[in-house]
Amino acid sequence: MAERVLAATRKGLFTIERAKSGKWAITKTDFLAQNLPIVHANAAKDMIIACISHGHFGQKVHRSRDRGKTWTEVKAPAFPPLAEGEKPVVDMFGRTVPSTLQLIWAMESGGKNEDGRLWCGTIPGGLFRSDDAGETWEINRPLWDHPTRKKWSGGGADWPGIHSVCVDPRDPKHITLGISSGGVWATTDGGKTWETRCKGLRAEYMPPEQAEEPTAQDPHIVVQCPGKPDHLWIQHHNGIFRTTNAGQKWAELPSAGPSVFGFAVAVHPKDPLTAWFVPAKKDETRIPVDGKVVVTRTRDGGKTFDVLSKGLPQEHAYDITYRHALDIDSTGKSLAFGTTTGSLWISDDQGESWQTVSEHLPPVYCVRFEK
Amino acid sequence: MPHVSFTSNLRQHVACPEADVQGSTVGAALGDYFATHGLVRDYVLDEHGAVRKHMAVFVDGEMISDRERLSDPVGPRAKIWVIQALSGG
Repeated sequence: MAERVLAATRKGLFTIERAKSGKWAITKTDFLAQNLPIVHANAAKDMIIACISHGHFGQKVHRSRDRGKTWTEVKAPAFPPLAEGEKPVVDMFGRTVPSTLQLIWAMESGGKNEDGRLWCGTIPGGLFRSDDAGETWEINRPLWDHPTRKKWSGGGADWPGIHSVCVDPRDPKHITLGISSGGVWATTDGGKTWETRCKGLRAEYMPPEQAEEPTAQDPHIVVQCPGKPDHLWIQHHNGIFRTTNAGQKWAELPSAGPSVFGFAVAVHPKDPLTAWFVPAKKDETRIPVDGKVVVTRTRDGGKTFDVLSKGLPQEHAYDITYRHALDIDSTGKSLAFGTTTGSLWISDDQGESWQTVSEHLPPVYCVRFEK
Repeated sequence: MPHVSFTSNLRQHVACPEADVQGSTVGAALGDYFATHGLVRDYVLDEHGAVRKHMAVFVDGEMISDRERLSDPVGPRAKIWVIQALSGG
């Protein structure tokens, strides 16, 4: 089982480690008081990438090559200037979409044999690639220049953003993206061409005739089963969806315990039928149903769901788990999730019971096992 | 020579000692500074070279008017201050 968890929060990066007794505890803080939307760990390379969002000084990327002992600031992705005569994109609300980096919203390593490759998703909706572990970045022009990008809109933030980058373990040229709100996109040629993979998704928040419009879809997060990469799950604004054919067709799962609304999903690393969610009351309120924090788990591809609550608060709890704040380790036994009200829980038995690491952290944005 | 100084709040994130610089515009003077303190640039300017939304640049007590091209003139003994705008209260 995993031994370390990283939690990126509104006020710092926290390292949580398991003692021999089995108890998890915070053992280290980095970047205390800084706002970290994203952290990415690549255990095979002892590398951690910490992304900082300064209120005044912009978005920064810090890299450690010794599991967080020392840090070096590397370059942040940069958007290209508008070409002579090029007009900026105006969204459906008439607002000009900035062509400068607003937030780093996804950071993932490339394939096993792609040494130094990182993929970074941002707000506004840019996808960047680095082949030198963050020293330099290049925007993916085919996606940035795609005419359909003009139809993307903000979802969870004022501007559209790329929050999910799923690199197929079998073929790193096959990449699936989640965009809020811009749908699910995939490339099979390493980013030269892109197409939407939204068939079966449904956006109830749109006028009925546009409910199936690909770019109107708001997948809150997209995750891929590493052992069966054609199987992906989405926690969508509208509910839970699953595909068994790499997004060619999605199936909606209409019921899942107290609610199908939420932001996060984790899929078992080998068993594509097993996934976990942290549900919330539908989007008008965004609080746990009846003030009870629960995790829902399916082991049969979404036909049935267990509601797991042992160790979680069951009265007057208003914790919400954001899209990057739930993770599973590489064995599929341990899960961790953090919340907007600063709670962090870890389970070592697939969610049956939960250990409280803290209920007093800053708002938690991203939780990652070292894997 | 013009002299450039930075808000102390920036020093906790990146080394930015005050320094004499060369240049007759804000852009040239800051560009001269960034030539030897490269990391500081991205903390003050965005990727297109404009002053970040929540930063402010003063020359001899006056806030610069051209935040995009940094064309405001800088005298040979100008004091340039790079500070945080008090956005957010």
